[in-house]
Amino acid sequence: MHLNLRSRIALRLAMALGLAVLYVPLLVVLVNSFNASRSFAWPPSGFSLRWWQAAWQEPGLRTALWTSVKAGLGATGIALVLGTMAAFAATRHRFFGRQAVSFLLALPIALPGIVTGIALNAAFRTVLTPLGIGFGLFTVIVGHATFCIVVVFNNVSARLRRLSSGSEDASADLGAHTFQTFWYVTLPAVRGALFAGALLAFALSFDEIVVTTFTAGPGTQTLPLWIYDNLARPNQGPVVDVVASALIVLAALPVWLAHRMSAEAL
Amino acid sequence: MLATVRLHNPRPEDRAGVHGPIEIELPSFLGMHDVMTNTDAAVSLKGVGKSFGAVRAVDGVDLDIRPGEFFSMLGPSGSGKTTVLRLIAGFDEPSEGRVLLSGQDVTRLAPFDRDVNTVFQDYALFPHLSVRQNVEYGLRVKRVPKAERRERAERALATVRLEGLADRRPAALSGGQRQRVALARALVNRPSVLLLDEPLGALDLKLRLEMQLELKQIQREARITFVFVTHDQDEALTMSDRIAVFNAGRIEQVGTPAEVYERPATPFVAGFVGTANLLAGDAAAAVLGTAGRHAVRPERIRLLAPDDPVAPDEVAAPGRIADIVYAGAQTRFLVDLEAGGRFTAVRHSRDEEREFGSGSGVVLAWRRTHTIALNDD
Repeated sequence: MHLNLRSRIALRLAMALGLAVLYVPLLVVLVNSFNASRSFAWPPSGFSLRWWQAAWQEPGLRTALWTSVKAGLGATGIALVLGTMAAFAATRHRFFGRQAVSFLLALPIALPGIVTGIALNAAFRTVLTPLGIGFGLFTVIVGHATFCIVVVFNNVSARLRRLSSGSEDASADLGAHTFQTFWYVTLPAVRGALFAGALLAFALSFDEIVVTTFTAGPGTQTLPLWIYDNLARPNQGPVVDVVASALIVLAALPVWLAHRMSAEAL
Repeated sequence: MLATVRLHNPRPEDRAGVHGPIEIELPSFLGMHDVMTNTDAAVSLKGVGKSFGAVRAVDGVDLDIRPGEFFSMLGPSGSGKTTVLRLIAGFDEPSEGRVLLSGQDVTRLAPFDRDVNTVFQDYALFPHLSVRQNVEYGLRVKRVPKAERRERAERALATVRLEGLADRRPAALSGGQRQRVALARALVNRPSVLLLDEPLGALDLKLRLEMQLELKQIQREARITFVFVTHDQDEALTMSDRIAVFNAGRIEQVGTPAEVYERPATPFVAGFVGTANLLAGDAAAAVLGTAGRHAVRPERIRLLAPDDPVAPDEVAAPGRIADIVYAGAQTRFLVDLEAGGRFTAVRHSRDEEREFGSGSGVVLAWRRTHTIALNDD
């Protein structure tokens, strides 16, 4: 495409502006976490690591972080098993309602979190509470799994559709039983997609707040819930900035990795 | 090196004086199939049919392939030859009929329970494994010890002349090399039957001719039954001991290359294997004196001037040259017969007889014995 100088400059400006809107606020958070001042004063009055130290010593924060990691791992685990199995069923077998299953699996990611949250809340209260299972980490994991499954499902089924059944025929022809074929041929072929799906699922779960609000009990606080609670508290602002900065780095890493893995899988 | 084969006596009361299983020692270069009765066909299809929905891919095929034979299944695409191959390999189950390997009914057995291996059209190599791991795969899943695995893989790779490339990935190989890996991967298992699905289709002409000779040599040395699917009649004629010609899901004719070429059973075979001039109905009555369907090979026909003498054992058919096609080693003459129909006659370019121009009148002559009578289908 050929553009004249003026439109090229205009397009570059628009792109710079767009990126600025996306990333300057993140930069401000990052800078503020090292700000010596207590009240987000601008320009920063001096460089300080005191908020990082304060965050490190905050017990509520540590518990919340650990809860989030457990919830993320749990939801990802469920998503890996169920999402992969569903992907195999939907791409390798013809059965009644195959399209419907694909659609129903994908729906939770499009549903507003608040709808999922309310629905799960009501369901858990009527079904689980009478069984003696209260709101807590378990309900959070199940809630997160509802939208994590689709991420794994999409990644794996996209890979399976590209993988011809030729390799699997060849494996069976060479004497491999069904399980051996899966282990030696199919799994290596979808490994990248599984890993990318798992990373995305974990990232989704890790920053989820709406569904979490409705499925976590009073005693369970994930990291996003902790941040939300502490943002408005006096003197906690800079600590929240520290957490946010750490999360920016933590979140960028898996997304970048997943991006690379799916690029390789192509 | 000797391998031991244990044969269990099925009837204990007959076991006078023999305790325990009978052991026979055999040289290890013999595969298990040599132990079984050699009277059984290596592959036997009995009334096999296969439908995909409303499509009838294979229709009532009966076929016996002999042990150690290089057998080709020849036919146009969609004629059912590849489907038959997949039925033998076990990737598909026949809609009706039975598949037997060395006399044993394997119709309902999965591919991994059949003593056959396949070289796929697109090779179907495992992209994440090295050449050596690809070749060792069949042995690995059968839990053959590592040292033996290594050794057999080395030998298989040597057979296909790929020793130096064992550690490469398939993606780093040329088409011809991938083809050899696919062959080694199948041969290393010493199957009783090797199935090849148009294995040379993706190679360029020169490489293809080279591989034809090589395949034939490997087959002779390994003494394995080859079942070779191809749509290339030259390939089938060059390599095969016997050929089955497929058309529309049925076998039209089974025979040696010479039988199929010299005595085609049906008009389809005559037209598909080589070039054939067909004579039928009134034209046949006018030229040959009998009705029915007949065929004449172009290279059997002599091209004569109208006043040239015709031998007493020859048939003569006057006509006019419609076109002359120069094709290097030979020249093809397209002749419109007075009796009706267009014939092709071939002359080698070295024949420096008289020249014929387009439009000139000629007589086509051939020995009566070279007229092939075809079955009606």
